[in-house]
Amino acid sequence: MKKRTFLLTAIAATGALIVGWGVMPARQRLMGSSPLPLTKGDIALNGWIKLSPDGSVGLIMPRSEMGQGIHTGLAMLVAEELDCSMSQIQILPAPIDKIYGNVAGLAEGVPFRPEDQGAVARTTRWTMVKVMREMGFMMTGGSASIKDLWFPLREAAAMTKASLVNAIALDWKVAPADIKVSDGIFSAEGSKKMSYGDAVTKFGAQLKPAEKYELKNAAAFTVIGKPLKRLESSEKINAKAAFGIDAVVPGMVYAAVKMAPQLRGKSTQIDASSAEKMRGVKKVLQFTGSQDATGGVAVIAEHYWLAKKALEAVKITWDVSETNSLSTAQGVNAMNAALDADTGFGFYKAGDVDAAMSSAASRIKAEYAAPNLAHAPLEPMNCTVEFKDGKATVWVATQVPDFARNAAAKVLGIEPEAVTVNVAYLGGGFGRRLEIDAIAAAASIAKQMPGQAVQMIWSREEDMKHDFYRPAAVSRFEAGLDTKGDVVAWRNVSAGQNIVPQYMARNAGLPMGGPDKTSSEGAFDQAYEFPNVRVGHAAVDLSTPIGFWRGVGHSHQAFFKESFIDECAVAAKSDPYQYRMNLLKNHPRHRAVLELAATKAGWATPLAPTPDGIKKARGIALHESFGSIIVQVAEVSVTKEGAIRVHRVVCAVDCGLAVNPNLIAQQMESAVVFGLSAALYGRIDIEKGVVQQSNYHDYTILRFNETPTVETHIVPSSLPPEGIGEPGLPPIAPAVGNALFALTGKRLRNLPLTLV
Amino acid sequence: MDTKISINGAIKIVQADADTPMLWVLRDDLKMTGTKFGCGMALCGACTIHLDGAPARSCVTTLSAVGERAVTTIEGGSGPIFEAVKKSWIDVDVVQCGYCQPGQLMAATALLTINKAPSDQQIDEAMSGNLCRCGTYQRVRLAIHAASKLLTNN
Repeated sequence: MKKRTFLLTAIAATGALIVGWGVMPARQRLMGSSPLPLTKGDIALNGWIKLSPDGSVGLIMPRSEMGQGIHTGLAMLVAEELDCSMSQIQILPAPIDKIYGNVAGLAEGVPFRPEDQGAVARTTRWTMVKVMREMGFMMTGGSASIKDLWFPLREAAAMTKASLVNAIALDWKVAPADIKVSDGIFSAEGSKKMSYGDAVTKFGAQLKPAEKYELKNAAAFTVIGKPLKRLESSEKINAKAAFGIDAVVPGMVYAAVKMAPQLRGKSTQIDASSAEKMRGVKKVLQFTGSQDATGGVAVIAEHYWLAKKALEAVKITWDVSETNSLSTAQGVNAMNAALDADTGFGFYKAGDVDAAMSSAASRIKAEYAAPNLAHAPLEPMNCTVEFKDGKATVWVATQVPDFARNAAAKVLGIEPEAVTVNVAYLGGGFGRRLEIDAIAAAASIAKQMPGQAVQMIWSREEDMKHDFYRPAAVSRFEAGLDTKGDVVAWRNVSAGQNIVPQYMARNAGLPMGGPDKTSSEGAFDQAYEFPNVRVGHAAVDLSTPIGFWRGVGHSHQAFFKESFIDECAVAAKSDPYQYRMNLLKNHPRHRAVLELAATKAGWATPLAPTPDGIKKARGIALHESFGSIIVQVAEVSVTKEGAIRVHRVVCAVDCGLAVNPNLIAQQMESAVVFGLSAALYGRIDIEKGVVQQSNYHDYTILRFNETPTVETHIVPSSLPPEGIGEPGLPPIAPAVGNALFALTGKRLRNLPLTLV
Repeated sequence: MDTKISINGAIKIVQADADTPMLWVLRDDLKMTGTKFGCGMALCGACTIHLDGAPARSCVTTLSAVGERAVTTIEGGSGPIFEAVKKSWIDVDVVQCGYCQPGQLMAATALLTINKAPSDQQIDEAMSGNLCRCGTYQRVRLAIHAASKLLTNN
């Protein structure tokens, strides 16, 4: 096996290239510093694409596949610019390198409204991009993978193709422009033909990276825009796909863990005398929780079930002093106290809201609230670590392989370079696998079992009770309406914990302060044209471990804002759809999405009752997040027992250019179900520091028989692609809440929604 | 203690304790990782296997309870119903993260084995014990109908 690096020195910045909004120049992300695993005869002209003599195209994949279909989406970008077939592409693991960092995802974290192009906003965005490029966080999240790699990956493919074209042109004695590439075959007049594999075999190491190459115009796309099926389905339905929990390492033993019942607690003393005598038990040990996490006890045994049984026989003394007083009620009190005390950090201000409010013809006020939520991915937290001869190998389903590597290195007291992280398929991510707590715990266990691969598996109960929860929030609104019912003043302050400081401190060792956009996103950055407005957020300091969640801030702020807009429409005696259209006179994209949703849902037409004669009603909600605008219309009924039934959800989507309409539809279906689970059932309650929910019977997930029909309609767009993994979630809760109001006259202002 | 069990048509001998759930016998003793651990309490269906063709939650089915019944797992599913289901799953593009899908596939094949043309309500009844956090339910339903069509046309 011959290895070589792909670090090349001479890449001139020439050629026709449009660089996207503020993302680092794509070309600077072509070359990294880590070696790619090349076998004899393979060629890599950049850090993204490997060509092999057998004609296969290796796509170096730095993004984790957690259900969102990103492996397929990114392969499409490559197939498009290489003009090869999708079946030639193989997904290969990426080394850890800055070029793979998710610049777009983090650059979006700055607290400015999307249309803000002022000097401060522009400078901050530019600085953020620079910093993120230097740090190179290899993160899958923030609905950012396609938008982040839209240029770099197509550049990498276009450059690779052009390099081969140059070599072939020289050989055939034709101009490069006279060579056509289609379905992986290079051809020129006079029936000259050559495949990728033949070209790699023939020119091999003589290939020089092309200095000039152009990206295709959208009109020339043959792959992008097609509703292609996912690449990995066959693997996943034939039990060939390995998730984190499926790692099998020779000689591996298993760790069953019990963590302190209280969040952030730890074990102080154990009596393992009975457990140690049980069959198959190798060791009983304590491990420390990483920052913000909970510590506990692990039993290591030859088999998981033996470890789990022995764990019940360990007598443990817990230290739970740190969060003994923490409770859901304490959190709600703290949020209300913060809202009583001040108006929070002003994320968005325009006009004179005080003056406009006092001179308004009428005013309405409302208070909304949302609870903590768990992620509850179907694959519980797990991690396999082998610590041997000063080096470690980690097998884990993670959204952050470089944080994972650093976390394991820190616990084991070795350099990050001495840790190899194998990223498996994720059995759901949703932000839970942006956290390194389980990796640190597994490393702590493996450190006490040197030379022995250990697979740590959490029970569902441990997973549910030791999550980093979606922050709870309280939000207060006041709107001033004129005599026509139009909003002349909009005042909104929410309160809750800030995610970013907690997250960055524990996962990246970075102290961060200042306003945290992720808490107020969805409240301050929306398009409604209020002449006088102030939107603020009051950060509340609580010890509840919180983290990112699908949509995060948007997931509750959309519910608050879209429900209150509906209240304004009711106060104005206006149709909720028309009311929104009137508030978006200068936002043609938003209006187009609203109109598409209303048309497809038959907004103006009467709604037939359910087959058993129960009345139905529609509700509408619009929300912009991660660059995409989504409108959903939900059809809802209520059973005689008061249970809420959602029958149909029509989604209209403007996500910029639709790279793969099939994946977009999948993500709408997924986000609606995930969002309905939260809207109808989701709540995590904490008493004396202990999470009360434990498994799917008390943390309910939407089931088959409760799932509505979900339709997706996409607004055609030639703008660059935007996020799609999360934006479908925020509008569903308010769409359902607004439908329930239309149906029952009851305005539900607390999540989860309940009528009984 | 050695226990003999029939898995996917072959006899296997395992040394697991009698109270070990089949889930862990498969995943850990036999390293057959296709059957997934989700909840450990028969709440999510990710661990669904067949015992003599009927669906069972392997996380709460002990080795001793299996007895002489034939165990079928996702690795061993074969025959026209499995083929139709797998083809439909691909045609409809059901899968997202995929973690629950072995359980969904086992539940769907068990349903189609006893009822080749299930109604929506019958699908609800058979499938509502199988959770999917990615929300693939709508496509699972479409795929079951598609598989049903394949089976009844043939």
